[in-house]
Amino acid sequence: MMKKSGRARAAAVGKGLYLALILIFLYLPIFTLMVLSFNEGKTMSRWTGFSLRWYEEMFASRTIMDALGNTLTIAFWAATIATIVGLLACIGMNAMKDRSRLVLMGINNIPLLNADIVTGISIMMTFIVCGISLNYGTVLFSHITFCIPYVILSVMPKFKQLESHTYEAALDLGASPLYAFFKVVMPDIMPGVMSGFLLSFTMSVDDFVITHFTRGAGINTLSTLIYSQVKVGIRPTLYALSTVIFVLVLVILIVVNILSNRKEGEK
Amino acid sequence: MALIELVDISKSFDGELVLDEFNLKIKENEFITLLGPSGCGKTTTLRILGGFETPDTGKVLFQGEDITNLAPNKRPLNTVFQKYALFPHMNIAENIAFGLKISGKSKEYINDKIKYALKLVNLSGFEKRSVDSLSGGQQQRIAIARAIVNEPRVLLLDEPLGALDLKLRQEMQYELIRLKNELGITFLYVTHDQEEALTMSDKVVVMNQGYIQQMGTPEEIYNEPENAFVADFIGDSNIIDGVMLEDRVVKICGSVFPCIDEGFGRNKPVDVVIRPEDIIIGKPGQGIMDGVVTSNVFIGVHYEMCIEAGGFEWLAQNTTSYPVGTRVSIGVTPENIQIMHKPQSEDEEAISLDD
Repeated sequence: MMKKSGRARAAAVGKGLYLALILIFLYLPIFTLMVLSFNEGKTMSRWTGFSLRWYEEMFASRTIMDALGNTLTIAFWAATIATIVGLLACIGMNAMKDRSRLVLMGINNIPLLNADIVTGISIMMTFIVCGISLNYGTVLFSHITFCIPYVILSVMPKFKQLESHTYEAALDLGASPLYAFFKVVMPDIMPGVMSGFLLSFTMSVDDFVITHFTRGAGINTLSTLIYSQVKVGIRPTLYALSTVIFVLVLVILIVVNILSNRKEGEK
Repeated sequence: MALIELVDISKSFDGELVLDEFNLKIKENEFITLLGPSGCGKTTTLRILGGFETPDTGKVLFQGEDITNLAPNKRPLNTVFQKYALFPHMNIAENIAFGLKISGKSKEYINDKIKYALKLVNLSGFEKRSVDSLSGGQQQRIAIARAIVNEPRVLLLDEPLGALDLKLRQEMQYELIRLKNELGITFLYVTHDQEEALTMSDKVVVMNQGYIQQMGTPEEIYNEPENAFVADFIGDSNIIDGVMLEDRVVKICGSVFPCIDEGFGRNKPVDVVIRPEDIIIGKPGQGIMDGVVTSNVFIGVHYEMCIEAGGFEWLAQNTTSYPVGTRVSIGVTPENIQIMHKPQSEDEEAISLDD
């Protein structure tokens, strides 16, 4: 008996250790970064005292603030426009015959699997061939392009799950097609639309390769800014920036989770 | 004048003809049922009436006015869908109020109507409930309530009881008849359940493969089927090859049966329908033919037996049980024998073969 419980305890300790190890691998790097962002000195190897100096410098820096602004506005507009275009595409595809819909879904999936570098270079080439100079607009345009497939991918299943005939029932009760769509179909597919939007937003914030090729001179997003600074040596201001972004994302994630849990609880 | 008229409606999907020059007249205040196996075109007919499908050719007339191309939301009729199609994110009251809000009715009017409709379907007090919390039968009744508050001239019902269990289905059948009598709305009902059709309808339209096979009152359809398909589809029946020797005399399986049909000519091959409950079982030699009981199953009200006689296996129902192997006689009173013309052409045959 004693022996058995001893083995069980050992197994529990082993499991705990394993889990701790995984968590350390996942979060130690981020933790290091956060700690270093509060380091007084410029060096990475020595703790010289706590300070908010890098945070002050970050908020004072025009380049960083511009890049942050670009990143957020591009992500917002790219996600918004891609969501609208993707939603319209889903409505059209849903009304199609099975065969044509399958073909279109296949075409939709190719860009997802395509390497970013190929997408980036080909979009850049296209702009140049058409004589369009690279700027904020070209970055936004290419972000919209690569976000649309993600929106379609997350909205389309919701159309499939749609309670059969609710749209027709709404028409039957006298609703115009537009009213029926917004009153009856939209609430049912909203989770898919929201997740399509959020996915697009994060994909856009995350993107480096495609942005790098389509941005031209003078426009920076956070990812391209950090990349360009790596060449001259990273200042701890970027640690501070990364920390701020991480915390922001964490807060948003927690809020979204709490909200959706509460909604589910109501049901 | 007919309230609704379908004129020469044809419709095909992917090259497959579903309705072929279909004609139907529906009178005001009628409970009319389209009955047929799946794929016979009955649901397509309903969807064309509702405006969800456009016929390839033909016209839909409402009080003589052509509404073939009118949008569904502009038609003076409402549909109860097969799978209820309630709006899941709205509560019961909001579901019922949907149509009334669109037509711009006042708040008091809408509230009164909701109360009235819920009372009508025996679900008073359910206003604030969510759709998910209701059982299938309750959801179905809400779907009916949602349709009738708009006071449509015609209510279209697409197999509305298909998803319910037997007991509930029977209750709902009586409820629908009561509703129809209370509201005075024309009901067009679609089903593949022959019992449902016979119980509720004023008029039954039996359909197969896009054609009307027979149209009439439930009694006419059951007692005087016009062809083998209708006889086979409506209830159990013995369908036997026979020869009409002369007026009022038919030869079946080598035996001569007196009947009451006339005008088929002499020595004409015909189809004969005899309902299992009309077969009289007696002691050997007492009936028209002798035979042996080959199977016997108790199915509730009566016993269902197969009797081998004259080279044909007769299906018979009787409240007295005759054990397997018993020698019996069978007989039929003349008025219970239904004589039908044999199909004339292959085309006609084709429509009667499929079940």
